Amino acid sequence: MALINESFFSAEGLEKRLAGKKFWKVMMTEYWIPKDINFLWALGVVLATTFSILIVSGIFLLMYYKPDTALAFDSVNYTIMQEVSYGWLFRHMHGVAASVVFLIIYIHMFTGIYYGSYKKGREMIWISGMLLFVTFSAEGFSGYMLPWGQMSYWAAAVITNLFAGGSLEAWGLVEWIRGGFAVGDATLTRFFMLHVFLIPLVIIGVIVLHFYTLRIPHVNNQTSEDIDYDAEAEKYLAGNKKESKVIPFWPVFLSKDFAVLGLFFIFYFYLVFFNYDFAMDPVNFDPANAMVTPAHIYPEWYFLWSYETLRGPFFDMFGMKAMDIGLMIFGLAQVIFVVFPFLDRDPDVLPAHKRPKFFIWFWIMIVDLLVLSVYGKLPPTGANAWVGFAATGMFLLLWVSLPFITKSDAKARGAL
Amino acid sequence: MSNTNRRDFLGMSFAAVAAVGGAASLVGMKQAWDPLPSVLAAGYTTIDIAKADLKPGTPKTFKWRGKPIFLLEMTKEMVDEANSAGLPKDYHLNIGDKTYTLVIGLCTHLGCIPAWQKTKWKCACHGGEFNASGKQIFGPPPKPYVVPPFSLKGTVVKLGETGPESKAMMAARA
Repeated sequence: MALINESFFSAEGLEKRLAGKKFWKVMMTEYWIPKDINFLWALGVVLATTFSILIVSGIFLLMYYKPDTALAFDSVNYTIMQEVSYGWLFRHMHGVAASVVFLIIYIHMFTGIYYGSYKKGREMIWISGMLLFVTFSAEGFSGYMLPWGQMSYWAAAVITNLFAGGSLEAWGLVEWIRGGFAVGDATLTRFFMLHVFLIPLVIIGVIVLHFYTLRIPHVNNQTSEDIDYDAEAEKYLAGNKKESKVIPFWPVFLSKDFAVLGLFFIFYFYLVFFNYDFAMDPVNFDPANAMVTPAHIYPEWYFLWSYETLRGPFFDMFGMKAMDIGLMIFGLAQVIFVVFPFLDRDPDVLPAHKRPKFFIWFWIMIVDLLVLSVYGKLPPTGANAWVGFAATGMFLLLWVSLPFITKSDAKARGAL
Repeated sequence: MSNTNRRDFLGMSFAAVAAVGGAASLVGMKQAWDPLPSVLAAGYTTIDIAKADLKPGTPKTFKWRGKPIFLLEMTKEMVDEANSAGLPKDYHLNIGDKTYTLVIGLCTHLGCIPAWQKTKWKCACHGGEFNASGKQIFGPPPKPYVVPPFSLKGTVVKLGETGPESKAMMAARA
């Protein structure tokens, strides 16, 4: 190391020691973003911001919340909601952001699918993103338990039972996860730890990984054009900003992001102040009761589609129990999106409207997920059960057909 | 091992220490999540059926290990139905001339508590149904209600302690 003679207490000396300007250049002013993008490219920054809102509102809730089955319900519904100044605001911000973050995640995810932003060098972006979806799901589930209402309790009971392997009496994994024979105090406290410490820590790590995986291959663009970033960056830096196909992340790209962020904030705070009810299930305002299952239980809206694949097969088939088939499809639904880059057999990176069959596949998938979500909330009886069954079947069929459809598009284009 | 040098030796000795230490801490972490001794010790509940004030055809719910226990004194019609369906005698708990269904009141699908509706239990979560004998008759439940481990002395049931009656009932449902 070359010894540094400039004083530690000077801007120059600090710069010599940390090379902040170089770091800022690599991460910001010379991190190139294509010009040919639309507002959907701003959702990454929207997500990062929503996550910050969750952390800040969470810190304020954390100061009054009590992770104890005897105290949790009142600490939320009395202390935070009625005594703490603006406690209601922090709770509603936290609950609404937890719901809205999934809306943005889904749009962000399907933007990636539509524009083919998951292949030919961008696989790691996709996989780290799906890892974030999984960790956010775990964060949502563990947080839902904390108010210790009826929905909290029964969501915890049903989901931990997934690890019982169909046995309710055997000593095993499920008792270990719960720390007792049933969901109870030990369960609440350990999920509290997961929600406020371990999972957020993992999420922050994976967010850093997600940004990192993006830095080298750069983001995709609307026509999926393969841009020579070095050449285009040179043009931009030489002053040919009009001819160059790229702009720097800061300040040019972020200025547009902030405009989208402004619109998002208006939408988000409108929900927080005037429509927070959708994130506050009335059933969860009854304290947890291990002896009474609510008449109708369902997860939050963002889990409904995968929940419906769990109960879609309601009768035994192919010599297998209905329950096992449901569990298998449910398990598949959790992980299948991760391998998307490897199921797409089309060698070209193109937006969906340039891939006729995939375009149809894409919209059927969206409609199917919406149908699954709607019927996931309805009671599973009569015709509802059959719609759920058909939509679950369609879900499977779509995944099985994906390699063939993408290959056939490529053949028609002459790429294969 | 002629080409094992000192650095390899250091690396391997560290790997050995780290493996032993890592395995030991995993055991500790696993056990820290185990149910506490006080939780395990509280796992017994007694019910005196003679004093339980049961009405034939209407189940009562008791609490054992945080789980509901359904106790149903079966009506004559219910017993006849079970017999005509070919269920063995040990499917139920028989005390004197009375027949009872004694089960853990959790749906064998994902553990919700089904509600009694005149002649059967219906689960709100995923639509599963169980008849008065506790046998699954509709929907996703893969098997009948589970019989809790219990011992019987006269008319007193002690839940959490396996006796011959509960063994026989479990065998009849296997």
